[in-house]
Amino acid sequence: MREYRLLPQDSVRSHPASYERFVERGFERAVRRAQSLSPGELIRDVSDAGILGRGGAAFPTGRKWASVADAPFSPKYVVMNADESEPGTFKDRVLLMDDPLGALTGMIIAARAVGAQRGYVYIRGEYQDVEARVADALAMLKEHGFLGDGFSIEIRRGAGAYIAGEETALFNSIEGRRPEPRVKPPFPTVHGLFGKPTLIQNVETLANVAVLLSESVAWFREKGTEKTPGTKLVCLSGAVKNPGVYEVAFGIPLKDILFSEALGGGLAPGRTLRTVLLGGAAGTFLTPQELDEAQYDYPSLRRLGASIGSGAAMVFDDTVAVEDVLKLLAHFFADESCGQCVPCRVGTRRLVELLDSPDGFDDAERLRDLGRAMQDASICGLGQTAPLALLSYMDRPTLWKRSAV
Amino acid sequence: MADITLTIDGVQVTVPEGSTVREACSHSGDAPPVLCFHDNLTAANACRACVVEVEGSRALVASCSRQAEPDMVVHTRSERVVNARRVVAELLASTSDISLAPSVQELLAANAGDAARYRTGATWEQPVLDDNRLYVRDYAKCILCYRCVEACGEDAQNTFAITVAGRGFEAHIDAGFGRAMPDSDCVFCGNCVAVCPTGALIDRSEYTLRQAGAWQEDAITTTETVCSYCGVGCDLELHVLDNQVVKVTSPMDHPVTHGMLCVKGRYAYQYVQIEDEMPERA
Repeated sequence: MREYRLLPQDSVRSHPASYERFVERGFERAVRRAQSLSPGELIRDVSDAGILGRGGAAFPTGRKWASVADAPFSPKYVVMNADESEPGTFKDRVLLMDDPLGALTGMIIAARAVGAQRGYVYIRGEYQDVEARVADALAMLKEHGFLGDGFSIEIRRGAGAYIAGEETALFNSIEGRRPEPRVKPPFPTVHGLFGKPTLIQNVETLANVAVLLSESVAWFREKGTEKTPGTKLVCLSGAVKNPGVYEVAFGIPLKDILFSEALGGGLAPGRTLRTVLLGGAAGTFLTPQELDEAQYDYPSLRRLGASIGSGAAMVFDDTVAVEDVLKLLAHFFADESCGQCVPCRVGTRRLVELLDSPDGFDDAERLRDLGRAMQDASICGLGQTAPLALLSYMDRPTLWKRSAV
Repeated sequence: MADITLTIDGVQVTVPEGSTVREACSHSGDAPPVLCFHDNLTAANACRACVVEVEGSRALVASCSRQAEPDMVVHTRSERVVNARRVVAELLASTSDISLAPSVQELLAANAGDAARYRTGATWEQPVLDDNRLYVRDYAKCILCYRCVEACGEDAQNTFAITVAGRGFEAHIDAGFGRAMPDSDCVFCGNCVAVCPTGALIDRSEYTLRQAGAWQEDAITTTETVCSYCGVGCDLELHVLDNQVVKVTSPMDHPVTHGMLCVKGRYAYQYVQIEDEMPERA
């Protein structure tokens, strides 16, 4: 039930940033193998493995690589997005602390595939321990000659803005500008960092590339489903016995993540499940019935209007009113909106005011019109997804209970 | 350049490659409404009033900056589009004083918006900033369209005296650490005033007359002339009320100025109306 591909087994004892770890985890083998393959063969392997982006959007990684590789301009850049900073999402922190060389190996391989000379690791500023760990790992890779010759990587630190994790805002941040999202298209694959073709990937996506190249496409596809091969890191938090980061194969029953002894371990005695917020702060509230039926895979969740998102699963029992959770989420998005576009700048504030007012939930039409306008007309994913959890709650009357039991 | 054909509200439209969706829309009917977009400035994509529905695109797209593509199918009046435009207008009306912002008023009216619907709390009400002799800043009227920032920066003046500071609802135009304009890098060209669509930036002469209830839009005549200060040859429009120059602008489509002037051309017009007696020569 619990998988160990991206995360090392407990028996792996070498220092996470050491050369021993690099060899023990097969990453050295992965880099050597990548060096023996042409860029085209690397892109083919990644496409055949069926890796989907793990940052939330689930875009086919191979297609993204091909697009950057085919873009006519140079230089090209590879960026690792480690600006994880959403309530309930904490997998990249664990992954980079426990096994930083996986994602960095993925970056080295990606640079070869797309023809990049320079890479950036953009780390959330609050993750100082992670930054130090990544810096150690980079120093080791340089010392052993895996970096510095044709491809180098720099660390860039965020300064406390969630919006800087939006890929184009992240580019602006690296460039020294205000982290406001840019309009797309043009997409980063052709017009990204410094206006050049840029491959930007989530930490976990790059770690998948490393384990793929250390083994084979057939091995990679042994886990997961036909359409979504591989494993996923789940950030399980809230009212379960064993919250934490778990690696699971795509397609396992969603309820197993909560209730299996090897994973969540169920709820505390005497408590009953009220809802799970799946996908992150901009996720979907699922009812216990929906949870029973669903598999942890994109097509299954799509039928419920839900998605895996960043891999977050926040569990709430019957002591929690969903309305209170929605208020906290509304405050989060209002605090983190950059303020560039009207639907998000004003809309996130109005959501806070409406939900905080005693009768704010009563005017459903006003809430829905606002939510839909934000979803439809905001520039970037922050504003577009800020109302999703609220809209999912409004669609599920069984979750409506205005006070805690 | 090659032509491309797309479908807008069921009508086939052929436009030159590189046209924006909004430009294409203006071929078949009315161009989508805009608040932040200005012909002479880089599209800021901030107001979202010009959004249209493009089939195959999950969210609505800003027609002011999205390039038209072959075989695109565009809907400019769908229910989603109308809802988005209506809510955008309502959100702005709930936040800012739109009394001198015709474009926001029109957007609200055209989409049957209710200015009070989202008036649920915070507004941008704040004291008028009156710190220099040439223009007044009334940010209670600001809609954060970015036009002033762009005119001050790369699109015209290249002075970069102002930018957006703060975030979310607290985002605002700032001259650097909250400084007054005379302490900032401002060169008082007034190009920010020229492009402001809401009266948040307003020439002192107009502000003073409006405060006194003496600003009569209908009674103003304009006279075109050429600036007499240097050899560039900027076209000036003198706005005259009661035989007094009350404002100077330049036509936005003028090939030399593109509507932008310097401090002398825009503000140093007082000498025109000083009626000194010429000393008699012996």
